[in-house]
Amino acid sequence: MDDLYREVILDHYKNPQYRGELDPHDLSFEDENPLCGDHLRIDLRVDEDGTVREALFSGHGCAISQASADLLVESIIGKKIDSLKTMTKEDVLDLLGFDELGPVRLKCALLSLKVLKGGLYGISGSDEVIDLEE
Amino acid sequence: MFNTQKILNDFPILTRPGANGLPLCYLDSGATSQRPNQVVAAAARFYTEINANVHRGVYRISEEATEAYESAREKIRAFLNAGSTREIIFTSGTTEAINLVARSWGAKNLNSGDRVVVTEFEHHSNLVPWQMLAAEKEIVLDVIPVLDDGTLDLDVYRELLKLGPKLIAVSGMSNVLGTIPPLESMIPAAHEAGALVLVDGAQLVPHLKTDVRVLDADFLVFSGHKMLAPTGIGVLYGKETLLKEMPPFFGGGDMIRKVFLRSFTVADLPYKFEAGTKPIAQAVGLGAAIDYLNLLGMDQVAAHEHELTLRAIESLQAVPGLTIYGPLGGNRGSAVSFTIEGIHPHDIASLLDREGICVRAGHHCAMPIHDRFRIPATTRASFYLYNTEADIERLCSGLKKVVSIFA
Repeated sequence: MDDLYREVILDHYKNPQYRGELDPHDLSFEDENPLCGDHLRIDLRVDEDGTVREALFSGHGCAISQASADLLVESIIGKKIDSLKTMTKEDVLDLLGFDELGPVRLKCALLSLKVLKGGLYGISGSDEVIDLEE
Repeated sequence: MFNTQKILNDFPILTRPGANGLPLCYLDSGATSQRPNQVVAAAARFYTEINANVHRGVYRISEEATEAYESAREKIRAFLNAGSTREIIFTSGTTEAINLVARSWGAKNLNSGDRVVVTEFEHHSNLVPWQMLAAEKEIVLDVIPVLDDGTLDLDVYRELLKLGPKLIAVSGMSNVLGTIPPLESMIPAAHEAGALVLVDGAQLVPHLKTDVRVLDADFLVFSGHKMLAPTGIGVLYGKETLLKEMPPFFGGGDMIRKVFLRSFTVADLPYKFEAGTKPIAQAVGLGAAIDYLNLLGMDQVAAHEHELTLRAIESLQAVPGLTIYGPLGGNRGSAVSFTIEGIHPHDIASLLDREGICVRAGHHCAMPIHDRFRIPATTRASFYLYNTEADIERLCSGLKKVVSIFA
């Protein structure tokens, strides 16, 4: 029926590898998509040298937003926390394997990035944070 | 006899082949309806033949434009069985009409400690204006709860009436649950308790014959675009005695009788509430939409929709894991909202879109009722006079595909 719902998306949605909450955690960010009420939270444990050691996501959302969160969380483990501030929309679309996405579903795909960067920049709730690169 | 094929011929958007070669299966009329050729032609004719500003112009086309605009008002009056065209105020839609009542009637008549009653299934436009007023004037907002079957808890309503509210603001048909509250008993009860009633007719007026004098509604508001007319035009009906005593809402041209440098006097009804140039072609389009609905007959429209809705509810219940929110039978509207276990409403809507099926996913501008049922969102199919049984078959077979993809 569709290329939007390829096996990889459905697999990450149905069997997420990084779903859960970290207690205790060093950092925890959350935000929502006001259009659909989807809610996402990302918990991080960070080493003294600023490396993300563990990360998990929780909340509720559609297959696109949940798969995106699972892939994004997987991709940031082992990375320096400062380097995550430069992650872009394209990075996330690459993780998902999309060349492009309509404006509505793009918001679903980028919710995880919005949560992460909003938390890192300390300005959650704003879409503009996605385009910030230091 | 309700001839859906003949009706479909009036809606080119519904018959042209879409991306997959199939015609559009449009099940989102609760958000906005499609417009028939007759409405588009009426608005276009206004622009191509008689476009001019209304009132005051003495040249021929301005007089024709005024006549077209005012005859739309008369058609609306007759459609609602209102007593006078002075009771028909053109607004941009439901939202502006409710804000007008809140800001004009509410500002004048509500004081600290006064109570306004709403329901748990109101959409945001019949909730937020009252919340804003409540915050400013310290009025109390009471809520009639919704029961598990989607109907209102009328025992609580009777208790709330004992507190002496000033106004009941209630939707005539829930845009999420399809519930039709028993206005015929709720309004007399409110009047007996000394309260006025505002009926939000955004979903009611397009679908069911609405007679303001039978209902004895004090205010009734609705939007044109949900009933075959253009966007940007809607109506506030108010009893003349009430409208007369209300201060103007917007100030500007057309709502005045005389203007001096430091003061003005107010125009008569309905113009007192129609400041500035209104969407004239859209009003003419609304008049044409009413002609179209009258030609079909509102009773026939309602019967057709009711049959389709019950058929849809029956078919949807055969989809594995599907739950419907709202009444499953009886006198209910054509909005059918549902969830499917384990599948997010956005995913359902995206996958149906690939089959040329338009449904809405989200909270439908009614977040509190979703909180009530402890769900973040639903998928909603809503039907109108141009929908057919074939649309329901496509919806259900599409949903079965969605379920199999996520299985």
